[in-house]
Amino acid sequence: MRPPLASVIVNGLLVGLTIMSLFPLLWMLSVSFMQPGSAATLPPPLLPESPTFANYRELFERGGMLRYLMNSLLLATSVTLASLLLNAMAGYAFAKLRFAGRQVMFKALVGTVIIPGQVAMMPLFLMLKHMGLVNTYGGVIVPGLAGIFGIFLVRQYALSIPDELLEAARMDGAGELRIFASIIVPLLGPILASLALFTFLGSWNDFMWPLIVLTDAHLQTLPVALASLSREHVQDSELMMAGSVVTVLPVLVLFLALQKYYIQGLLVGSVKG
Amino acid sequence: MKLSVIAWGFVAPAIIVIGTFFVLPVFTGLALSLTDFDIYALANLRNLRFVGLDNYLRLLRTPLFWQALGNTFYFVVVGVPLSIGLSLGSALLLHARVARFKPFFRTALFAPVVTTLVAVAVVWRYLFQTRYGMVNYALAHIGIDPIDWLGNPHLAMPTIILLAAWKNFGYNMVIFLANLQAIPEDVYEAARIDGASSFQQLLYVTLPMLKPTLLLVGILTTAGYFQLFAEPYVMTQGGPLRSTVSVLYFMYEEGFKWWNFGTASTVAVLLFGLILAVTWGFMRITKDEVNA
Repeated sequence: MRPPLASVIVNGLLVGLTIMSLFPLLWMLSVSFMQPGSAATLPPPLLPESPTFANYRELFERGGMLRYLMNSLLLATSVTLASLLLNAMAGYAFAKLRFAGRQVMFKALVGTVIIPGQVAMMPLFLMLKHMGLVNTYGGVIVPGLAGIFGIFLVRQYALSIPDELLEAARMDGAGELRIFASIIVPLLGPILASLALFTFLGSWNDFMWPLIVLTDAHLQTLPVALASLSREHVQDSELMMAGSVVTVLPVLVLFLALQKYYIQGLLVGSVKG
Repeated sequence: MKLSVIAWGFVAPAIIVIGTFFVLPVFTGLALSLTDFDIYALANLRNLRFVGLDNYLRLLRTPLFWQALGNTFYFVVVGVPLSIGLSLGSALLLHARVARFKPFFRTALFAPVVTTLVAVAVVWRYLFQTRYGMVNYALAHIGIDPIDWLGNPHLAMPTIILLAAWKNFGYNMVIFLANLQAIPEDVYEAARIDGASSFQQLLYVTLPMLKPTLLLVGILTTAGYFQLFAEPYVMTQGGPLRSTVSVLYFMYEEGFKWWNFGTASTVAVLLFGLILAVTWGFMRITKDEVNA
């Protein structure tokens, strides 16, 4: 027998925490549909009196929002696809292929995660400037082409692939690339889904580096554009909430759809690490 | 072709990218911190001079750097325990046998983690707005006068801490939850037979079993919180009275506003050293406890 009091307390607290978690997001959504200027009244309205798409129209027609949305999509997709391939190949090789220096190399790689990326920022900027990549999409994509976390994640997962499987394929005369493409990649499916989701979200939400490397307005990503819009439009809360919705909604929907893979990747990356 | 050569072919692309765009810049960054690299050197490298530890010595005499360091420590010392406390608390609630609708609650509590920091920082600014913000409106109901959250140098950092805790607690919550579920039921069984109450089970079974996870989560969260940047950039621009200038915000201004790459690299190296020292401290504390 369980006392109902405990159930009331536990569930009550969970409801409270949930309201706390979701209220800012729901409020953002609600205000984004309010008439310009109507959120700044007392008492502050919870729901739009006469819902409107005016703020979204303003953002897309005059604020250049479509451009930022496309920039974000393009950059996050390119970084995700390219790094997925490079990380999968390296992670698999570290787990399953034998070569001189494998252990040392992997240890060195894992050791570097303690270094905060900011130490590299100034030299990286100079290097990309020299390569003509500052203020281009390449300036954001190139440094993200491979990542230590991704390699680590794939390796942890690939360790469980039985060696016999690879031996059998080699006996049948399959080349290493062929084995990778037609046997390994399908086996790595779930972890590659996790990694793709992590990379896409991370790239979409990234702020500091795109802020530094993309100075032309027409190249900017949503977070960078939103930050500068919010400095110009301090009073226009409805417009800014619409901008926030456009920025947050794609990743939130993606997460809700593929939640299982996200949580799984998070746990492989931290618990078993 | 030999298998070993092919294997190198698999790792080479990733290693070259990481080596060129991360490892090499890190070492160059260490070197840059020993130079007076500024806007003149940016135009012509011949203006670059080796200055030894001058940048370090000068930074340690710069009041704003100390203030940035103090602000960042404030953010870490209050923000990390608050975030982890919330994570642990909500994980325990979700793990409770009486909790209902667990998948729904878990997803709802996790949602802020995947949102874009810049966007929610913008939302936060309006929620904590002095005149029309929801927070002050709610506080007015319990008789509290409007508070100038982001305009008051004593309250701007706490407001940022609240945002960070709100946004981040779900991440560690999921990690704690997975570890709670991994604790075998018979351990609790044994505790119950010995007459342990629910609270005693939490104190003497659950928390000790979670200790390695707490350490890991503590280190990762602390390292992450030392890298505070976007929140003050969007919400306060370092103000009011520079009360929310973080170490990284300071570095950003030195480097990409004034183009003092030498000084900025020094700030980055010092931050790295700080994170390293704190991580080492964490490990040390737990090691001592294990040995004792």
